[in-house]
Amino acid sequence: MPRTPPMTSWTDLQSSLEGIGYIASDDLATALHIAITLGRPLLLEGAAGVGKTEVARALATIKDTQLIRLQCYEGLDASQAIYEWNYQRQLLSIRAASEAGETGAAVEERIFSEDYLMERPLLKSIRQEIPPVLLIDEIDRADEEFEAYLLEVLSEFQITIPELGTITATTRPLVILTANGTRDLSDALRRRCIYAHIDYPDRQTELAILASRCPDIESHLGQQIVGFVQKLRHEELEKVPGMAEMLDFAAALAGLGIKDLTSDPAVLQAALATLLKTQADRAKVPIEVAARLAGKAA
Amino acid sequence: MSKITRFTGSDPGAAARVSGFMAHLRTHGFHVGVAETETALRALSCVNPIIPSEARLALKSVCAGSVENSAQFDMLFDSFWMSEGRMRHKMIPSNTNPAPKDAKSNRTDDAQSTSGAGSIHAPEDTQDGKKSYADGTGKLVASKAHNLMKKDLRELVSAEDIRAAEKVAICLGKALRDRRSRRRKAAQRGHSIDLRRTIRRSLATGGEPVHLAKHKRPDRPMKIVALCDVSGSMMHYARPFLAFLAGLMRADSASDAYLFHTRLVRITNALRDDDPLRALNRITLLADGFGGGSKIGANLQHFANSYARNFVDGRSVVIILSDGYDSESSEVLGGALAKLKRRGCKIIWLNPLKGWQGYEPVAKGMAAALPHLDSFAAAATLADLASLERTLERL
Repeated sequence: MPRTPPMTSWTDLQSSLEGIGYIASDDLATALHIAITLGRPLLLEGAAGVGKTEVARALATIKDTQLIRLQCYEGLDASQAIYEWNYQRQLLSIRAASEAGETGAAVEERIFSEDYLMERPLLKSIRQEIPPVLLIDEIDRADEEFEAYLLEVLSEFQITIPELGTITATTRPLVILTANGTRDLSDALRRRCIYAHIDYPDRQTELAILASRCPDIESHLGQQIVGFVQKLRHEELEKVPGMAEMLDFAAALAGLGIKDLTSDPAVLQAALATLLKTQADRAKVPIEVAARLAGKAA
Repeated sequence: MSKITRFTGSDPGAAARVSGFMAHLRTHGFHVGVAETETALRALSCVNPIIPSEARLALKSVCAGSVENSAQFDMLFDSFWMSEGRMRHKMIPSNTNPAPKDAKSNRTDDAQSTSGAGSIHAPEDTQDGKKSYADGTGKLVASKAHNLMKKDLRELVSAEDIRAAEKVAICLGKALRDRRSRRRKAAQRGHSIDLRRTIRRSLATGGEPVHLAKHKRPDRPMKIVALCDVSGSMMHYARPFLAFLAGLMRADSASDAYLFHTRLVRITNALRDDDPLRALNRITLLADGFGGGSKIGANLQHFANSYARNFVDGRSVVIILSDGYDSESSEVLGGALAKLKRRGCKIIWLNPLKGWQGYEPVAKGMAAALPHLDSFAAAATLADLASLERTLERL
């Protein structure tokens, strides 16, 4: 069992994350700290655009290690997730060997060696010198078979390649899984993981995020931007704007040289392109509504 | 006085308190077991467990596995650990002892009202329901109270029916192939070349790929989950539907069947009985309350929250056989179907009334259900079910 680290270290983690511009809630920081200490995967759930993927990136930065990312999709299989043989090279090698008059056994040994193995994220992540951060993004998009296989890898940390034998992890990666809720995950996976739900941040947190990401935005405009986006999230939209959208919006306003959100409704409407990404949502927030929200936000 | 719960002197220690808390969570529907208790104790060692807020966050990250659980967790934490300095005597609730008298009472109340085989009572029968629990007879009183006559299913369904239904069920099962698989498996004739096998084989011919191995996307069988309404209004149609369920169970080992009237009963195991008539007999015993009122919404909600978590996934087809006459609000039904749908399954509603001329889905329940359905079809007889093959193929 891992030994008890210093008592307050989840707050240390929280402040070092803050140092590189990721504002983590207490829930998230504790869960992350526990997951790291116990060597368990961390399952992050929450709406799109609340910064789930960003957690992994920030963690890799503060741990000064590599981020290995596996993006899941339906039909993801072993050859994309674990490993694949480099067939073209194998073919060439066989051809060359037959011209040189090599024997079958020697050729076979060679072409099924490490040189011809292409590592995919899962295999790569267990063969690093320094434990990397393994981000398994949108696990709910992958099918159940993959989820079951992943469970096995995450508990054993070893992968079997028939031609090579079993590869055991040299170091255990810090595993972060994210899910959007496209389908419910199996209870088995949930039970393996430490869980944290990330919600849209409150006003203060969002202001802090904006200030750390776009330091050149004046505080008055910053207040307006955050207020406006928070108001907008209460409208009935198909795609609720997330963190990334809010930051894009701020950058767009800064680029347009806006000092006050209420000054020019037409420019505001143009900048909304960074926040509202579907036709229906654009239609729901016409110029008057946007101006009214901006007025309230101020 | 501090808000924190006090413990008696005979309290066996912190580990027992945590496992008591786990039991507390379990009675409120959390899926936590021994492994979680261990993880929770280790997680507590990562933070400063003396500070309630830190202990709360640590336990939350281990015990809450979903959004719903997270939302519930704080309240449950408070009721166990922060009961305003009240004394807690017993750590682990035992079944022989009804409840610790001075523990927060909402736990025992909840536990009792959920222990009744998952039934949810309509307002008008709450009184009766409570009484029947107290008597310990376990009998449920349906909302429309005219179901007390017992129907014997053997009068309704004959062995020939089941044999005919078995054939239909096999046909339907075949129609419901999942063609979405994106994995590939080796095949004699396939669309693409399986390089891995081809290279392997080429070694025998000096690196010349003489035999080209192929692979293709295999069809996956869909799992059928059938829920059959056997309330009073559905009595006329019970015969073909029950025969269908029986046939389905015998034809396809991955399928799953349920009956519902005022409560939901899983009949899969009973229907798998070798002797079809004995199977029906077993169901008759299970389906006490057959022919009573119907609570489609509440039953489906119960289903979505319980069995569906294990038995329904993206490869399932949920078939609901019901007329949609619900004695309760239609919002529950809509919500339950939406939740079910989120598991990625297909939902087919077979309504015997739809075959009627000029039928409009005006029953409130039906109207609420429609947006969540992949298919809404008529089915009143076995022949109707057989003709569904085409519809299902298109899903």
